[in-house]
Amino acid sequence: MIARGFHIERGGRAGAAWALAAAVALAAAPAYASSATLGLLAQVFAYIALASLWNLLAGFSGLVSVGQQAYVGLGGYCLFALTMFAGVPPLLAIPLAGVVGAALSIPVAALLFRLRGAYFAIGSWVMAEVFRLLASQISALGGGSGASLPIRVVAAVAASRQAREFAIYWASLALALLVIGLIVWLLRSRWGLALRAIHFDEAAASANGVDVRRVKFVVYGLAAFGTSMAGALIFLQKLRISPDAAFSVNDWTAYVIFMTVIGGVGRIEGPVVGAIVFFALRLTLSDLGSLYLLMLGVVAIAAMLKAPKGLWGAFAEKTGFEFAPLGQRVVYDNQTGKPAAAAGGQGDKP
Amino acid sequence: MPDAPLLKVANLDAFYGDFQALRGVSLDIAAGEIVAIVGANGAGKSTLLKTIAGQIRAPRGAITFDGEAIGGERAHAVVRRGIALVPEGRRLFSSLSVEENLAIGAQSGRSGGWTLSRVQQLFPALGERARQPSHSLSGGQQQMVAIGRALMSNPRLLLCDEISLGLSPLIVRDIYAVLPDIAAEGVAIAIVEQDVARALAASRRVVCLREGRVVLAGLSQDATREAIAAAYFGV
Amino acid sequence: MEWANSILQGVLTGGLYALFAAGLSLIFGVMRLVNIAHGDLIVLAAYLALVVTQTLGVDPLTSLALVAPGMALIGYGLQRFLLNHTLGDDLLPPLLVTFGLSVIVQNGLLEVFTADSRRLQAGGLETAAWPVMPGLSVGALPALQFAVAVAVVGGLQLLFYKTAIGRAFRAVSDDAETAELVGLDNRHVFALAMALSLAIVAIAGVFLAVRANFDPSIGPARLIFGFEAVIIGGLGNLWGTLAGGIILGVAQAVGAKIDPGWQLLAGHIAFLAVLAFRPEGLFPRVRH
Repeated sequence: MIARGFHIERGGRAGAAWALAAAVALAAAPAYASSATLGLLAQVFAYIALASLWNLLAGFSGLVSVGQQAYVGLGGYCLFALTMFAGVPPLLAIPLAGVVGAALSIPVAALLFRLRGAYFAIGSWVMAEVFRLLASQISALGGGSGASLPIRVVAAVAASRQAREFAIYWASLALALLVIGLIVWLLRSRWGLALRAIHFDEAAASANGVDVRRVKFVVYGLAAFGTSMAGALIFLQKLRISPDAAFSVNDWTAYVIFMTVIGGVGRIEGPVVGAIVFFALRLTLSDLGSLYLLMLGVVAIAAMLKAPKGLWGAFAEKTGFEFAPLGQRVVYDNQTGKPAAAAGGQGDKP
Repeated sequence: MPDAPLLKVANLDAFYGDFQALRGVSLDIAAGEIVAIVGANGAGKSTLLKTIAGQIRAPRGAITFDGEAIGGERAHAVVRRGIALVPEGRRLFSSLSVEENLAIGAQSGRSGGWTLSRVQQLFPALGERARQPSHSLSGGQQQMVAIGRALMSNPRLLLCDEISLGLSPLIVRDIYAVLPDIAAEGVAIAIVEQDVARALAASRRVVCLREGRVVLAGLSQDATREAIAAAYFGV
Repeated sequence: MEWANSILQGVLTGGLYALFAAGLSLIFGVMRLVNIAHGDLIVLAAYLALVVTQTLGVDPLTSLALVAPGMALIGYGLQRFLLNHTLGDDLLPPLLVTFGLSVIVQNGLLEVFTADSRRLQAGGLETAAWPVMPGLSVGALPALQFAVAVAVVGGLQLLFYKTAIGRAFRAVSDDAETAELVGLDNRHVFALAMALSLAIVAIAGVFLAVRANFDPSIGPARLIFGFEAVIIGGLGNLWGTLAGGIILGVAQAVGAKIDPGWQLLAGHIAFLAVLAFRPEGLFPRVRH
């Protein structure tokens, strides 16, 4: 006879309630926050989106990219091109930039997936360089020196300055929520199960019928979609674009990686916590300049070696609290919390 | 036993993550002695050898070699003390030639009677194929390289993990035939073996493990088929 | 003839790229580590050479007598005390730690040396050239650098296949766990490989610094050139890496000839073309 000895939990209601309350409070922020605060929060939201998407790639799918600046820049340039040359309303140009990014990611992925593991990382960086060099060839957008968003385009966002700030704020918040929601949904779907199987053991997942290549394409495309939208939004806020700013590895990849690692790789909450910590640190240490980046590098290395689960990982392990539990959790009914006989039959040759 | 044993394992526990593979195993091996370690799949035989060889961590005092506590030392340091493991599956270096595979065994820098030419005398096939890539050899020849590589470190204790696996009986006979010669030079040998009859014939003493525990230990010539079977399966 | 000259210069520049690539390829071969800070370490070596030449008043090539051992020491320590702790089945720790290292080196150099461009003076070696025929000449420096690249690749090849340490490198690369069983201390062997890699980095850094201006930000591009040379040539083949460097150098020279803005792009396109049509590289290692 087979004793089950475990049951399956889904959980996460308390976390969802908290998250919803926070979202409502943030959505109402224009009613009580200053213009400077809204601008800062919009930046935080954009980084939360970028970091969550990088986490989806590296933390959940084993696709460690150091070239996501390719899509940030692409999104920014799409925004400028679509609004300036095609007269597309700026807020509509944001999702369109996402679509362009997702479409372009297909041939890019077809090439990059030929590189295994760590070489994929550098390959993604090469791709971002190619994007940057191509962008500096677009003379209509100022070539290497870049361009500013014309007044008429800026005015097309909203008539008054305050309304523009509100619009960009809400768009940033919406993007962050959309990205997190999309990732939670993806990871809880059968795709998420496939991803975890791949992350655990790619060969075994493949042998069990998981179409590894297709899953990776979908994830990479989704990340490109969200990252391009974030790029469009970021440069709508900045109002000025240049190849060096748009495809900056420091701004769009180093910061993003550091915040994710510090917050907790491979957890939904990690990038959110990391982005908040990152901005809090930056407010206090911003005049340190390059020393600030240097320190972040040291902290990220220390975190990777000494606390690989990051701030949120450490917190969640202490308290057992998660905002977004991913899928089911098997709970063993015996006291040890371990599978009673799961290790039987191996032992000698693990 | 009058002399202090060469190797003394005392109350050894070993773990793979949360799984306890060895439970309070104790075992002595004297110089020049051949001891067979038998048991069913998953009984902990390979784990025992790997723990002695330093591939799996052990408490310092649980393993004593030549009077010194060596538990917890890393594998490369254990080799330098004179314990060599012939790993299961032979594990030759595929991009090294036969001769290089043997020569790298001398890496530990221990001096002694085992040299390249003596190993090639022991296994003449290896001398003829010295320059060939190791993966071009037959299974039996690969096993000879693995044993030769271990001997090149001039061990005082040779641990052999499933050296007959996947080989034809004739080849196995040839390989087992060299063990008494090696032991005659004072080298202690521990063999982990699935073929119980082969193990008993080759050894002076036998130890049977089941679920990580020693369930039988004695002279090989006294061990009856029934006693071994009972110890093996716990019936 | 102008074209021939461009291509010749491209070939010679390819030697420098092969020097960038050799150290990268070496540590990947031995311990499957991809060092994202590789380019920044090249730049670090250039600055070390700058300090040595300025303090001791020696020429850049002589400074290598100090810079190469210095970089090797840094490499040994880096591997032993930091990077060895990142090795394992998970790909993320080594990548993130070397990425963090890259940021640290870059910004550290920025703090100490500012963003100003520097250059090493090699006492006329930069401008000396031998005319081959009218309109076609070989610079002494590029020629020397190419010869050094060939020597480094040849030397590595000899080291790998003819020496005990090379045998140890191949053994840990094949099977690190079993290498420990024959008495090799993997942590030490890995650290030696990194030391050797950074000694080559020192050579690359000095040639880089003599040939062109450098500043703290140019590291990542050197990493990328080295990486492209490795992939174009085929993983695990050192002579292939040299060929990969040459192809990259020629592609860039031809691109620049067409339009100065296309120099880097042409190199990347050559790389992407190889990835598209021969993902295993042009000269993949044959098993022997």
